[in-house]
Amino acid sequence: MSEPEALLDIADLDVFYGDFQALFGVSMSVIRGGATALVGANGAGKTTLLRTIAGAQAAAAGFVRYDGSDITTAPPYRRISRGIALVPEGRKLFPSLTVEENIQVGAAAAASDAWPLDRIYTVFPVIARRRRQRASTLSGGEQQAVAIARALASGPTLLLLDEISLGLAPLLVEELYETLSGLRSAGATMVIVEQDLRRAMDACDSLVCLLEGRVALAAPVASVSRDEVVAAYFGEGTS
Amino acid sequence: MTRDTAVGSRDAEPSVTLVAVSRWSAAASAFTGACVVAVLILAVIPYVIGGPAEQPLITLLTFVAMASLWNLLAGFSGLTSFGQQAYIGVGAYALYLVAAHGINPFGGIVLAALVAAVVSLPVSALVLRLSGGYFAVATLVVAATFQIIATLSPSVGGTTGVSVPGLAGYGDVLREALTYWATLAVAVISVAGVYLLVRRTFGLDARAVGSDPVAAASSGVRVGRIRLLAYLVAAGGAGAVGALIALQTLYVEPTSAFSIQYSVDMLFMVLIGGMGTIEGPIVGALVLFALQETLSAYGAWYLVIVGGLAVVTTLVAPRGLWGLASERLGWSLLPVGYRVRSPSR
Amino acid sequence: MTWVNAVIQGMLLGGLYALIACGLSLTFGVMRIVNLAHGDLAVCGAYLALVLSTFFGVPVWVTLPLLLPAAFAVGVALQLLLFGRALRHGVLAPVLVTFGLAVMIENLLQVAATSDPRGLNGGALALASFHIGSITVSWLFLAAFLTACAVLSGLQLLLSHTSWGRKVRATSDDLDTARLVGIKVRPVFATVAGIAVATAALAGVFIGTIGTFDPLTGTNILIFAFEAVVIGGIGSLWGTLVGGVIMGVTQVVVGEANQAYAVLAVNLLFLAVLTVRPGGLFTSRQAAGELQGQGAPG
Repeated sequence: MSEPEALLDIADLDVFYGDFQALFGVSMSVIRGGATALVGANGAGKTTLLRTIAGAQAAAAGFVRYDGSDITTAPPYRRISRGIALVPEGRKLFPSLTVEENIQVGAAAAASDAWPLDRIYTVFPVIARRRRQRASTLSGGEQQAVAIARALASGPTLLLLDEISLGLAPLLVEELYETLSGLRSAGATMVIVEQDLRRAMDACDSLVCLLEGRVALAAPVASVSRDEVVAAYFGEGTS
Repeated sequence: MTRDTAVGSRDAEPSVTLVAVSRWSAAASAFTGACVVAVLILAVIPYVIGGPAEQPLITLLTFVAMASLWNLLAGFSGLTSFGQQAYIGVGAYALYLVAAHGINPFGGIVLAALVAAVVSLPVSALVLRLSGGYFAVATLVVAATFQIIATLSPSVGGTTGVSVPGLAGYGDVLREALTYWATLAVAVISVAGVYLLVRRTFGLDARAVGSDPVAAASSGVRVGRIRLLAYLVAAGGAGAVGALIALQTLYVEPTSAFSIQYSVDMLFMVLIGGMGTIEGPIVGALVLFALQETLSAYGAWYLVIVGGLAVVTTLVAPRGLWGLASERLGWSLLPVGYRVRSPSR
Repeated sequence: MTWVNAVIQGMLLGGLYALIACGLSLTFGVMRIVNLAHGDLAVCGAYLALVLSTFFGVPVWVTLPLLLPAAFAVGVALQLLLFGRALRHGVLAPVLVTFGLAVMIENLLQVAATSDPRGLNGGALALASFHIGSITVSWLFLAAFLTACAVLSGLQLLLSHTSWGRKVRATSDDLDTARLVGIKVRPVFATVAGIAVATAALAGVFIGTIGTFDPLTGTNILIFAFEAVVIGGIGSLWGTLVGGVIMGVTQVVVGEANQAYAVLAVNLLFLAVLTVRPGGLFTSRQAAGELQGQGAPG
């Protein structure tokens, strides 16, 4: 009986910002086609972890393995061409570029046959209408859609999403998550940072909770209760 | 002190050990003592050796003053000004005007410093809005503008310049000695002044501003006032240096009074010596002096080397010679920070 | 009537200032570096043109196909060897390094070429002028202006309509996110630096043909370039044309009244703009904020 292969495998990751240590020996793995929710209080290290996976942050120790090879020291453009894409916290669209240009820039490292502009616009019809507008003129929800579209432009196998529901109306968040679920059906693997625990546990099959830079809980969603997650979230230890 | 273990799984709180925080050290005391002795020795040089020693020492001491002041700006406050020559020139011309009105030229040095500081006030309102490279070029523009104004002012000789009056009454030996003492005073005041300023809260604030103005501001540092104070002090000091140079050369004309070479020298000394330390500029002044003495025969090549060393130092040894020595050997002869010493061991 | 002539002359001169300034504007906009050696690199271009045109016995324009690619290569080399490394050493390092570089260049030129003022052989173009009514227009000035417009338009087209342009604009907006989405930042920086030095060299050729130059002219060129960028607005290429034109007109018109005050007038104009609108006339608020040290976004 073979184990489902891990698409992403992280072990003993230490990450520092100067003298400040943000991650302590973090390990996790995500199987192909799976979706992992990454939760934790502000400052727990979730964004740092995603950025390290994407290559924007260097790891001081530990390794990141993707699709069988060690990418720990690979720069972001190489990771993108191998199929990892990050939708960053706060969207971080390029304000002086139009919607379409933002999406095109996402394909800078890896133009994808699977995700040409047309297909992206089919998935996000709202932004299709605004393709020639400057990204900074869009509403929050639309900007979030553009940020996801930008990540999709490189045809990723592993999609990392950092707090996509931040500042958005519940209905919009609902739509976004439906889109994500559609992407999952198409075979994408995901790591989703989400403040809303219920939504995180609904959308994902596995959960990792970070507390002050360490993994406090890592388990399949089906086998933990919400209370256990909350306890790990706030650091209320057992025994 | 220990705390009882809390209910739950918390470990016992570790006991708190007392640590000592020191701002001084035996080495610093020894060095300060040595400095006082050195200054006294320097002060009697005109009596003991006289002329031949005074000239090079005047050059060296001028370098020390210039370097310390530029370090206050760039090393401690993050203000890379390449326009300090504006105030050197102002000081030189101020000295001429002071002397032309019959005031004792040596007393005029103080007035020149004040004039330079006053002139720098409105300028600061413009240039201190900028930072980094834009600030640097803006200061260049200001200096260039001052130079043009001088060339267009017949009352100070226009392009030809003027000679400094009021010194005919002094014999050569006396004049040189007085200039020497004045230079020594300016150098000592510059170094000591910057040191005392930086040791106080101003120093911490200034360094915070120098490294991250936004963070400093959000921590409550009055960023604007810090930069203004640094800029004013540096301008006043440059004015004094300008007055000294006028006393030496006895002639003031725009191209040399506002020469960008001063900025090149200051940059070099502070970079080589070590930005952001008190000892660094002194080391840098010594290095520049040595280089100038040995290489001045080679004309422009000397400056190519100066520029090249500045580039290399920034990229390879950003903390300068003193920074390297202080890291490797743990020296800190004029400490400006705080050291934590754990007790015993 | 001489006033109208002066204004026209000033506007055309403004084109030249824009040509000098656009490289400075690009390097700051994309890499957040103020290249203090920019003016000296323009002077290098003039000296190289002098060498080539004397060697081949041709007017300087013929040397351009050789000169410009060489300048581009120099820019790329400077970026990869110096500026890129300087950027990693903190905010002040590029300022210090480019200043040191400026000193080196000026004095190397001094050693190689002495401080004698030089002029470039512009061929027939340099001497000819034409008349519209009672206005005299120098072909050379007109050529400088038109070249500036061509270069600015070309750059604008590249920035707006090519994949490279998108990457450049994204990088200037947000370096961190640009890296994150997979843009290779080093080639972007290198090509921008190359273009900056090439435009500087081109400007240097015009400067050397219109007037004279010597090893120390670079500082004044830097000052004028900087002033054009600030007056026109950080981050705006066409703004440098506006800035340049305003400067040129001021310079020539004041010069008509009293030549000695011409440059002073431009400097004072710059200081006035700095007082009233430090970001310049066409700048974005983001760029103005960075100018004032509020840090890059993201």
